[in-house]
Amino acid sequence: MKMATSSGRCSVEPPLFGPHTGHDPIKALYPMVNEEETPLPRCWSSKDKYSFIGLTQNNLRVHYKGHGKNHKDAASVRATNPIPAACGLYYYEVKIVSKGRDGYMGIGLSSQGVNMNRLPGWDKNSFGYHGDDGHSFCSSGSGHPYGPTFTTGDVIGCGINLIDNVCFYTKNGHYLGVAFTDLPPQLYPTVGLQTPGEVVDANFGQAPFVFDIGEMMRESQCRVRTTIQNFPVPDTYGQWQTMLHRMVSTYLVHHGYCATAEAFARSTSQDFDEELTSIKNRQKIQKLVLGGRLGEAIETVQQLYPGLLENNHNLLFMLKVRQFIEMVNGTDTEVRGVSRSPSRPPTHESSPSPPCWSNGRTTDPVPGTSSTPPSSSTTSTPVIQQHTSVIQSTKNVISSGQTSASPVTTEELNQRNAQDLRASSPPSATNGTTPVIHLPVPSGSSSSSSSSSSTSSNSSSNMHDSDTEMECMEANSHHLQETNNSLGDTSHSNGFSNGFSKDIDIQDDENEEAMEVENSVGSRKMCGGNPDAIGRMLAFGKEVQHMSQVLRRELGKNDHNKKILQDAFSLLAYNDPWNSPVGWQLDPLQREPVCQSLNSAILESHHLPRRPPLEICVAHTKQLISLMSRSGIGSCAFASVDSLLGSQQ
Amino acid sequence: VEPHGPVCKLLHLHLIMEVLPTYMDVEHSRAYIDQLYSNDSHKCFQAVSELKFAVIGSVREKGTIIEQGVVVRLLQILRSSELDILLKTEVVTVLNSLAKGLPEHASSLVQAGLLPALWEQIETCAGGSGTSAYTQMILCCLRSVYRQGCAPPPPSWDHKLLTTLIQHGYHPPSNQECVANILAHACKTCEQQQQLVDAGGADLVACMLCSPVSRVQLPALHCLAAMCYKNERVSSILATKSYGGKAVPDLLVGLMARDRPRDMQLAAATSLTFLHRAGALSADDPKIIFKTLQCLVRMCRRDREVWERVEAANTLAYLTEVSTELQRTAAMTDHLIHTMNDYLKDTTSSAGASAPQGICGSPISCRQYDNPSTWPELMLEAALKVYASLGANDEDIRQRVIKTDGLMNTIVTSLSAACPAVQLAAVRCLHSLSRSVHTLRTTFQDHMVWRPLMTVLKTSSSEELVTVASSTLCNLLLEFSPSKEHILDQGAVEFLCGLTRRPHPGLRLNAVWALMNMAFQAEHRVKVSILHHLGTDQIFRLLSDTDVHILMKTLGLLRNLLSTKGHIDQIMQCHGKEIMQAIILILEGEHSAEVKEQALCILANIADGDMAKNAIMSNEDVLKKLMNYMVIPNVKLQIAATFCISNLIWNVEEGAAERQNKLRDMGVYKLLQNLMTTTDTALFDKVKTALQQFH
Repeated sequence: MKMATSSGRCSVEPPLFGPHTGHDPIKALYPMVNEEETPLPRCWSSKDKYSFIGLTQNNLRVHYKGHGKNHKDAASVRATNPIPAACGLYYYEVKIVSKGRDGYMGIGLSSQGVNMNRLPGWDKNSFGYHGDDGHSFCSSGSGHPYGPTFTTGDVIGCGINLIDNVCFYTKNGHYLGVAFTDLPPQLYPTVGLQTPGEVVDANFGQAPFVFDIGEMMRESQCRVRTTIQNFPVPDTYGQWQTMLHRMVSTYLVHHGYCATAEAFARSTSQDFDEELTSIKNRQKIQKLVLGGRLGEAIETVQQLYPGLLENNHNLLFMLKVRQFIEMVNGTDTEVRGVSRSPSRPPTHESSPSPPCWSNGRTTDPVPGTSSTPPSSSTTSTPVIQQHTSVIQSTKNVISSGQTSASPVTTEELNQRNAQDLRASSPPSATNGTTPVIHLPVPSGSSSSSSSSSSTSSNSSSNMHDSDTEMECMEANSHHLQETNNSLGDTSHSNGFSNGFSKDIDIQDDENEEAMEVENSVGSRKMCGGNPDAIGRMLAFGKEVQHMSQVLRRELGKNDHNKKILQDAFSLLAYNDPWNSPVGWQLDPLQREPVCQSLNSAILESHHLPRRPPLEICVAHTKQLISLMSRSGIGSCAFASVDSLLGSQQ
Repeated sequence: VEPHGPVCKLLHLHLIMEVLPTYMDVEHSRAYIDQLYSNDSHKCFQAVSELKFAVIGSVREKGTIIEQGVVVRLLQILRSSELDILLKTEVVTVLNSLAKGLPEHASSLVQAGLLPALWEQIETCAGGSGTSAYTQMILCCLRSVYRQGCAPPPPSWDHKLLTTLIQHGYHPPSNQECVANILAHACKTCEQQQQLVDAGGADLVACMLCSPVSRVQLPALHCLAAMCYKNERVSSILATKSYGGKAVPDLLVGLMARDRPRDMQLAAATSLTFLHRAGALSADDPKIIFKTLQCLVRMCRRDREVWERVEAANTLAYLTEVSTELQRTAAMTDHLIHTMNDYLKDTTSSAGASAPQGICGSPISCRQYDNPSTWPELMLEAALKVYASLGANDEDIRQRVIKTDGLMNTIVTSLSAACPAVQLAAVRCLHSLSRSVHTLRTTFQDHMVWRPLMTVLKTSSSEELVTVASSTLCNLLLEFSPSKEHILDQGAVEFLCGLTRRPHPGLRLNAVWALMNMAFQAEHRVKVSILHHLGTDQIFRLLSDTDVHILMKTLGLLRNLLSTKGHIDQIMQCHGKEIMQAIILILEGEHSAEVKEQALCILANIADGDMAKNAIMSNEDVLKKLMNYMVIPNVKLQIAATFCISNLIWNVEEGAAERQNKLRDMGVYKLLQNLMTTTDTALFDKVKTALQQFH
């Protein structure tokens, strides 16, 4: 039915201004304003006023204290700051507490430097609406009939639309219409009084307004969004479309979402610039880094991309420093192998997710991921010889009558899969090398290299059978979700199910154990509390320090390197580094920049872009919006990239 | 909903066909049309399918098919009980497509008896689920017919049918859209509104307002508006309905938000307006005075579509017609008075415009915007209505309206416009403005508005128009109005007297009222002319009118006629007998005290005349009545009667002593003395004055 297509769009309430920032109602009105650059008007200025003006109540109440004989006794006051263009739509209200003797009050806007011995509107770059006659004064001594008069008890609102550069007023919540057009930039809220007894209170947004400005803002937002969405793009021969496809595709490839990338490429008939193997390798490396297994990551990089780290000393140094931190953390294989059974691979820490888009998605996968090594009681757990197949299907599990309530051990699964595979595959495949990987990764470097080589050969063998693989992987991840629900592990993101299935089996089981242990452990200890590991860590520390000296000698001073090393070493100064001022380094989130740098370096070495064009585009857009804000283009208030992307969901 | 694929294919085919000579076309059509009459249901299905592909997307083809009388056969298939549901569905698809053509196409379908056939089918499959393709298609077809605005709604709904229809309105969205549209277009009378509510329509509408689909929400709003238009009972029910914890008025405010589609905002504002006018929401409710009012004023802005501006202005005029508070607020909101001035001048915008597509106004204005050449008229009419409402009560607003550039000229020209709707709006506007004494004396005089006004009165056959125009005339005939003389010159007396004979009570009232105003402090010749043209017979008729307002104004007219001594004597000389008869008629009749007071006042006026006094003095019956009214427990009547006595016995006048003696003999003096004990000061003064006259 045609109907369904048009559904919803207009009835979905767009999020107004993104997440609320604290409890500052003024700030909440103008979320796109960067108050470090352009502070919002919050009260009347005690300096920028005529002497006949008195201020009370936190500089929000204005009263007249002159003679009030004639217009020469008029007095005005400006707000503390000019209205930032990034407000988009700015609004303030003034309540007439008392009209005084004659009620010659003016409410409006003026530029800095306009004479304060006048009512707003009488001079150039000054604009006002006057209570005694209801006239509007646009930089002129003579007014035009505009609205009703106003007096004691009335609430007058003054709004400025910074997109169209027009000013409007409201009276007691009723919209009076546009008063001024073609306004100059950098105007200040201004009020002027002229006779004794006149008192007015200002509301810059600290209290709810009488007029419903929120709805007007939503209208502006809607308008700007429509303008953006309807912006004409020259699309000859579908080039625009192709470009968009490429942007999505390169993004997926960049972050190693290979199955998604493949599927996307297939449905949009595109090719990759990079081989699938290469993507998978990068994905593996990223996973190791994000898992805190830096030692392995470095070795894998050296193996797969010889020369890369050798030619990029700073990157290597960064990785080494991170490795040191992970050792302190107790997550690096080097120390983990000591504290736990040597043949046990480390816990999977977090799924890689693109840092640039991380509005809330790149959180810790599960509580306690910055895991401490298990206590000695668990080291006695029997080591399982873990086999896993890439081509593995849950169907097998289900058909064998197993339910998710009683999860099968990995062992069983693997065996069954292996049998399955042997039964269904041609003999050449069962040769033992390609489809079945032997994966416990031992702590020794020699076996680690064998592991990675087997992985790479495995990936290449997958190339001709990618369809099957994907299907299976999806099925696999479903299965995992079921078995792991009790753990609260919800990190089955794209990347998780796409590329890591071969490790997931092992690791999720592993996770289960590790977490049980962690829950029982009271506090975390450096290097898992293992003296051997501490020894290794210290030795490694020396190695890194040496490297830093060499680097300094060869490449000259590098402040960044110096700082990261200092920060890392500072961890040793505390008994409980996690709760120290430098403890932030131990947060798994800190692996992400390292991961990004490494990923970018690998891509660059293959002459691929360091950053995916999509991310560059988003970054550009954000930059442009802040540039708009600085250049006084009001529409930036309603062009938030995040809210625009959010509204598309 | 028409399938997509075949449409494209056939558009192409259609292009080829247009190139071919007509006879080919006819031959081509005939091929499958013959098959249509086949008894073989398979062949018949083939034919209907082909027919479907032919008509979808081609207005010309729809016309041809209808002309060839195929509809009769289609309805026959529809009604036959043994035929397959698939075939029937295909038939309804064709009918739906035909209904979507020109309005003429839809109305010829209606004439062929489409509606009862469809209703019958809906009933038959009422047992089945509403999601069946057949039911859906029937609802679509009904929707298409009703949306064309040519289908008369059933004079009274069959309750069972209505219930079935409402049941279908809950699911799925495609059915909801259809049902909402059908109900919106088929709900015209007060009875239908009530029936709809009784069958559960209020709950359905509340539910549909919460639909996530805008194509359901919009017709639901139209349906709501249609239900509560001028219906207090239904409106009060709807205003208290709620869905999902939100009351209907709040839901409407939500749909009126500024980031909603404009047609939705407008429809929601219309619904709220109708709820207000039907008394379900008060004028000072923020939903009305802030939200609805601002929304409608906003919709009048220049950057909107013409139809939106017209619709918004008309609704705004209706919203603000009565409440002074709303009028004041509207007048200061967003330069409304100025914006309306644009409407008067906006004659260029539509010059080369083509008929707009997809206008989804309310059912009330169905098809009104089809012809762009009428847009300037529509805008003019809407603006005049807004001005009429704004200026109804507040003199300040009136003055601002009158100062609107060129408005008076526009009103004067519009009075003689060819379009009755524009004329009516102009007269309404003039009527509002005529409530200002200042305007009567200045602007109206300058623009000689009486001329076109009298022309309207004399030439128009529209009762509504003449009613408003004669109301306006009443104001123009007030004694301080300089137009009065000119209007008399235009033969107003004769015209108004004629008007008093019209069956429409509003017209009679206005006519008598105008005559009353005219007679106030008028010259003798005017009074004579009124009496001459009206005739005593007509006065008697008016005095026995069932409408008490007319009676009162007639008595007022008599009072105005019988004022100042000279006039009283002259008039009584000619018509004394009849007038006395009339007064006795009133005094003896079953009337309220106000009416009798008027009659006594007329007597008092007569008693003020020199010769006319005899008419009373010689009638002992009347004198006894007067004495009677002096003692009944109603101060106003006592005052009036005493005043009359006092005039009769006025000292300085000729024959006063004689009259005093007669009345004293009758016991009036004693009565007066007794009345001296009254606590009412006004009566006491009158009594005292009267007693002082006695020697």
